[in-house]
Amino acid sequence: MEDQVLLVKDFRKVYGDFVAVDGVNFEVQRGEIFGLLGPNGAGKTSTLECLEGLRQPDGGTLDILGVNPAREPHKLRNLIGVQLQSSGLPATMTAREAMRFFCAYHGVAPRDDLLERLGLQGKQDAQFQGLSTGQQRRLSLALAVAHKPPVIILDEPTAGLDVSSRAELHALMQELRDEGLTIILATHDMAEAEKMTDRVAILLKGKIVATGSPTELTATGAGFTKVSVRTERAVLMDNHTAFPAVSQRIIREEYVIYWSIDPGPTVAAILAHLSAQDDKLIDLRVERPSLEERFLELTTG
Amino acid sequence: MTAFMHHFAYEFKTGLRNPSLLMINYLFPLGFFAMMGFVMTAINPLFQASMVPAMVIFAIVAATVLGMPGPLVEAREAGIFRSYKINGVPALSILAIPGLTTGFHALITAAIITLTAPLFFGGHAPVNVGAFVGITLLTAFTCAALGMLISVISANSRATILWSQLVFLPSMLIGGLMMPLDVLPEAVRPFSALLPTSHAMQLFTGWAYNEPTVFNLPVSALILALSGMLAFALSIYLFNWDTHNQIRRGHPLMALLALAPYVVSMFLK
Repeated sequence: MEDQVLLVKDFRKVYGDFVAVDGVNFEVQRGEIFGLLGPNGAGKTSTLECLEGLRQPDGGTLDILGVNPAREPHKLRNLIGVQLQSSGLPATMTAREAMRFFCAYHGVAPRDDLLERLGLQGKQDAQFQGLSTGQQRRLSLALAVAHKPPVIILDEPTAGLDVSSRAELHALMQELRDEGLTIILATHDMAEAEKMTDRVAILLKGKIVATGSPTELTATGAGFTKVSVRTERAVLMDNHTAFPAVSQRIIREEYVIYWSIDPGPTVAAILAHLSAQDDKLIDLRVERPSLEERFLELTTG
Repeated sequence: MTAFMHHFAYEFKTGLRNPSLLMINYLFPLGFFAMMGFVMTAINPLFQASMVPAMVIFAIVAATVLGMPGPLVEAREAGIFRSYKINGVPALSILAIPGLTTGFHALITAAIITLTAPLFFGGHAPVNVGAFVGITLLTAFTCAALGMLISVISANSRATILWSQLVFLPSMLIGGLMMPLDVLPEAVRPFSALLPTSHAMQLFTGWAYNEPTVFNLPVSALILALSGMLAFALSIYLFNWDTHNQIRRGHPLMALLALAPYVVSMFLK
């Protein structure tokens, strides 16, 4: 496909007798933010490390813009920018030195403007060990994009960040996507994946168990919709009336939550019941399951 | 500025910024030099004759064998080499540039020792300055290559200390620095030929000071050069980017090949 940037086909990675990744297939299109999700040990890191050229695959095809990461590392290095989960920088290296160091190896002029854009103005001469976690992450991201690679791989980019730093990084990721860059995002944060990604693949025990947009994935689960109801006199709390299409009922704080396969009749029946009981509605929410709920459904069975 | 120059400038500054490296590159050898100048020359005035080369070799071995491997192993353990690999930093630069900058720091310390020993402690200045400089450079190269090899084969920081001390301590005891090789016990003397410091000290004694030696000097020069080249080549060959990725081109025991020239030298004297 013309806009295909990355292809993973029948990919397999083995460590001794342990099969870490077993026949994984996915592709990523230009300008996408593609999420790679999965619990610890699912095979995310092995997949990313092979894409980054850090490890050799044991089978299948890996292709980034026509380049085989294992066989053509010299071509690969200018095609990808990687923000590693670990620091990746010497403790005594300053932000400015890091920018000059990595840009020199990529053969491009240093991008000090990126340091300012990522809120590191005034920190250019601070050593890496003296930066906060958020500043370290932002510096790593600045270095990953400084040579303008078409593909960026982000491994847990917002782990350990405060709310405002997360929001800043998310805004930057969206800017980069808008500029046409392709982003591979590995994360444990389902809210982040749901908010940021165009498509995700969920890995479990070395295999992909689901792939698609977050909306598609949440719609293809067991098909339940959450109907959460809070009323003035809380008559639903002790009421076990079998509302139509409801398969499960739970109480969470002041809400009664119904899992419905057909929310229309369920909501209509609840409202009719409240009216008959002379109770007054305070809050009514009809929600699809979140990606996190879908993820848990897939990974825990 | 080229990538090499940026890398070199950063590594050189690290030798001053990192408190451990500052200590091992400058404070430790210069402090030891001052102590030996005050104490040893008073106890044994003959030490003045060998003080300059002995302290120069000490400074080089301290910086390259004791100081250099640790930060390289820590960088590998911290995943910094992974980041370097992704960004196209070659293995050769990762090893050779710290080797060069460490050698540079050691040469600065050596220059301070060479210039101040005659002034403050009556240390003998070299007779043949050209030979003195050449032997200093050769010793720095060989020891830096040995430091690189130690950093490559060490599984972790603790192992690094072990390997470094395995070279450093015998060098101090039977490597000709504290006492001349000809006063060593007969049974120990052959083992001194296994140490680069013994050959370096003999070269200084013979070629830079025109004094009699017990080793064949051209052979010692060849041994030092060969072992340095072997250690450097083996470092590149055995280099591992990642602590967690155990796949490497050869077994770490291959590093023992770098000692082969010294073993041969035991039978050539």
